[in-house]
Order: sequence, then C-alpha cells, then structure tokens
Amino acid sequence: MELFANQVLAGIATGAIYACMALAVVMIYQAIDHLNFAQGEMAMFSTFMSWQMMQWGVPYWWAFILTVILSFAGGILIERLLFKPLAKAPVLTNVAGFIALFAIVNSVAGLIWDFTIKQYPTPFGSSPFLGSQLISTHQAGMIGVTLLLLAALYFFFQFTRIGLAMRAAASLPESARLVGINTSWMIALGWGMASAIGAIAGMLIAPVVFLEPNMMGGVLIYGFASAVLGGLSSPLGAVIGGFLVGIFENLAGTYIPGVGNELKLPIALALIITVLVVKPAGLFGRPIVKRV
Amino acid sequence: MSAAEEVVTEAPAVEAVPKRAMTLGYGTSLVVLAALILTPLFVKNFIIFQMTMLLIYGLAVLALNILTGGSGQFSLGQSAFYAIGAYTTAILMEHFNVNYALTLPVAGVICFAAGFLFGQPALRLSGVYLALATFALATAMPQLLKLGFFEHWTGGVQGLVVTKPDAPFGLPLSQDMWLYYFTLAITIGIYIASVNLLRSRSGRAFMAIRDNEIAASAMGVDVSLYKTLAFGVSAGITGVAGGLGAIAVQFVAPDGYTITLAISLFLGMVVGGVGWLPGSIVGSAFIIFVPNIAEGISKGLSGAVFGVLLFLVIFLVPHGARQVALIAQQLAAKLKKN
Repeated sequence: MELFANQVLAGIATGAIYACMALAVVMIYQAIDHLNFAQGEMAMFSTFMSWQMMQWGVPYWWAFILTVILSFAGGILIERLLFKPLAKAPVLTNVAGFIALFAIVNSVAGLIWDFTIKQYPTPFGSSPFLGSQLISTHQAGMIGVTLLLLAALYFFFQFTRIGLAMRAAASLPESARLVGINTSWMIALGWGMASAIGAIAGMLIAPVVFLEPNMMGGVLIYGFASAVLGGLSSPLGAVIGGFLVGIFENLAGTYIPGVGNELKLPIALALIITVLVVKPAGLFGRPIVKRV
Repeated sequence: MSAAEEVVTEAPAVEAVPKRAMTLGYGTSLVVLAALILTPLFVKNFIIFQMTMLLIYGLAVLALNILTGGSGQFSLGQSAFYAIGAYTTAILMEHFNVNYALTLPVAGVICFAAGFLFGQPALRLSGVYLALATFALATAMPQLLKLGFFEHWTGGVQGLVVTKPDAPFGLPLSQDMWLYYFTLAITIGIYIASVNLLRSRSGRAFMAIRDNEIAASAMGVDVSLYKTLAFGVSAGITGVAGGLGAIAVQFVAPDGYTITLAISLFLGMVVGGVGWLPGSIVGSAFIIFVPNIAEGISKGLSGAVFGVLLFLVIFLVPHGARQVALIAQQLAAKLKKN
C-alpha cells in the first residue's frame, strides 16, 4: 500500500509537467480550433531564451518575466506573419504549417545553442518536499504555479471583457464579428497567450528534464494526451487530465510486468483511447452537437 | 465553455473534391506513364532505386489520400500499417522462403484486416481525437516490434535482412531495374483500382460520409461499414507499399517505421493535394527529395530549410499540386481558344 501511495505521489509530480503543457494546448485550441504541433518547440525556444538571459547575468525572476513577455509577442508575431495568410487555406494545410514551424524552430535552436544537455536552475530549490523523497520542492512549486495559472485563466475567461470576446470569437466567429469583435486579433491574442503559457511550462519543466532542443518531444505528446483526455474545451479538465496521465503512467510502469520505460507511452495512449471510446469528448469536455 | 458552440454547424474538415477532379486527363496520364517507363533506361542504378522509392511512397500517400480525401478520416498511423506490411513480407521471404511477389497480396490482406479492425474503435472518434488515436498506434508499433516475445520472427532491434530478387525468365535487367518495373506495374494496377473504387458505389458512399455524415446516413449509407472499409482499404494498400519497401531497401528494422514516416506521408498528401490521386506521386517526390535538397543547402540548418520550403509551398499553393494542375488546365484551355 505504501508503494502504491508513493507511486501516486510520484505520478502527481510528473503529472504537473503534463498539466502545464496541456494548459497551453487547450489555450491554443480555444483560439484556433487546432492542435499546434509546434507548441512544444516554441516553449523550448522560450526556455532557451531565458537560459541565455541568465547566462548574461539577469536574475531568475527578471529573466522569467522578460521571457514571458517576449514569448507573448513572439506568438503574436508568428500568427501575424505565418498563419494569418493561411486562415483561408484548408485545415490540413495549416497542420502542415505547424509541422514546418516545428522543423524550423527545432533546427534553429539546435544551431544557436547546440544539442548538448544543459542544467537549468529552479527558483524553488530541490530539497525533499515535506519530508517526502518522491516529490521535491520544485515539483510542489510547479504544481502550485500550474494551479495559479489555471485560476488566472478561469478569471480571465469568465470575468473580463476581452476573455468574453475571445470565447465569442472562438465559438461563433461570424456572430462575434457582427457585434464588433475583431476576431482576427482575438486569434493572434490566443497565439500570444498560448506561447506565454508554453514558456512558463517550459521554464518549469526544464529543471526536471534538462534543457536541450528535443526536450519537449515527449512532453508535448503527453500534454496533447492530457488535454484530449480532460476535454479540449476545458482548462480544468486539461490540468486534471495531466495529473491522471502522470499517475497512470507511473502505476503502469510499477504494476504491469514487462512494462519498461519504452512501453509506458503506448500504454498511456491506449488508456486514453479507451477513455475516448467511452466518452468521445473527454472527461470534462462538452459534447459537440452538430446541426445538419 | 459557452452554450452557443454546441449548435454550430461545422464546416467539413476536408473540402469536397468532385469525382472527376480526382484524376488526370487521358492524354496527360499517357505522357506521365511513358516518362515513368522510359526514364530508367537512361539513368544510373541509384536513381532507379530512388524512383522505386518514389513509387512506393507514392502508393502509401495514395492510400492515405483514399482515407482522408475520400472518406474524410485523418490518420497519423499509416507508418504502423506500412511496418506490418514490411514485416509480413520480410518474415515470409526469410523464414518461409515464399516468393517475393506472393508475399505482397498476403501483406495487403493482413493489413486490410488490421486496418478494418482498427477502424472499429476509431468509428467513435473524429478530427483531433482520431488523429491522436492513430498517432498512438504509430508510436506503439516500433516498440511492439522490439518486444522479446516476437523476437524469433522479427529479429528484435536488429531487424531482418531481405534478399533482393533477380529478374525472372532470364531477362537482361539489373536487380534494381527489374524491381522498378515490378513496382511500377503494381503501382499502376493499384492506381487504376483506386480510381475505379472512388468512382464506384462504395467511393460515392465514402465521399457522402466525408461531406456530411448525418446526411449520408439519412440517405441509407451504412456509415460504420464504409468508414471501417475505408480504413481497411487504405491500410491494405499501405501494407503492399510497405512490403515493396522492404524488398527495395532489403532491410526491415523497428526504427525505420516511426512516427516520422507517418508525418512524412501526411505531408506528402498535403503537398500533393488532398483528394487528388495523381498528386500522390508529387507529394512522394516532395518527401523524398526536399529533405535531401535542404541538406544540400545547409547541413546544420537542414530542418529549418525544409520548414521554409514547406512553408513556401503551402503559401504559394495551399491546395497542393492539384491547384497547379488546375491552373495549368485553365491556361491550356485559354491557349486553345486563341
């Protein structure tokens, strides 16, 4: 039983990483209705920017804030330059665009900062949290920041005019335009926010998985899976989905014989598909009702 | 998050392509065919090998095109079916000494069954959810092939070496050239069969489902049957391509069939034009040659160059090669008038 409790705790700790990334995924999905395959790479690039600032002697929190602002601007810039012209192109062409962006960002980061693994500092320290060996203060801090982000997002979407406008633009673009919402800029804003959240996620994850251009590959897949599991329309669902995926992944690794590190991912994905077959809109998503 | 989004009529994710627009004209087809038959006579063996790969990937892209362009279902899991086909061929040839030509139908049938079965749970999913499910399949496949349980047959991480067949009946052809013509014959056969499939009753059912599932079922189309059938057919063709690929590369190993392959095939479909079957060859050329070109332009930044080239293509022709073909057709018509 103690093993079980410990594994659940460790699962929550890894789940925090996925939850962070899943939040960014849901954010962009709310704004543009697609999953952005380049999201992880954008987050990785932001993390490298903050690392570079710290190398130049900027204190952690200043680098943190500057990176979030730069990422926000960068996300908007990418949308304006690359994806606004594709707004009228077919959906699949847009997906190809994400893949192209992925290749570009990954390759450029590899050229600037090369592919060696780098240490990344943590602001929370890495001593055991409340006497438990399985969860460090950094991971506890990460869970805290994720929940804080979730609350901030909830507040933003529910209680601010611009949050309301973004929701309107995402769900019924034409009607939103008719009441005077600039839907095109709402999409850009969504990109900016997703990029900023991705940057925060990246900076929190980097001390755990270490900094290198391919650090986000696995994390993004789990982030997608968490977001889909929780329901793509619900930020809360995404965070819960992240924790669930983390816990399940750890339990599967411990209790199912023959499951090494390599089979963890397929098994986690198989679970998610099983959930989706039973609940196609995810655990917390609203089912989409279509009009013929 | 809001109540309103529940009643939005969603635009179909894949645009409707009229049946006729799915193929090339008669004359153009003959020219392309002649070029495909004659070119190998004048080039080096390595280029013949590349052309063989071009046809093989072309088949795999065509299969995805039937699934996505025909029935409107996404798949990021084509690499899994490609792997099953490749391993079927390799195991039959190396462990059971079956003739290479006979292994291909077996690969096709096994993959058809696999695709049909996978199509069952996939019925409940659409859009991104289906993409994720197929993605899971693609990531799981290399790991499954590495499992110790199958190692006796699959060769585990090391994979299997496949012998390249000689030309039969004492024909004076090199191995590469024979394999090329063999592949070409199969490709043409499958291409004609696919065109006919999409023109048939089943093809119309696919397209009805793609354009509006609810309307299609109201008209009496058995939606679940045709959706799984589309998955099966697509997987079957991919399996044949995989088998041919195993013979051409002379080697199968789990790491040759990762998610990267599935993504390449997806890109090939987009570049060739979704739902336009002849575009499959164009798309296949893109995914084979453009990474090499990118590498040639800059070694360190090859990924970035590839991304930029891909962006250029989708900026200039968002509908892929189909758009180019349409423009060319209009130009030709104008010239005729003058």
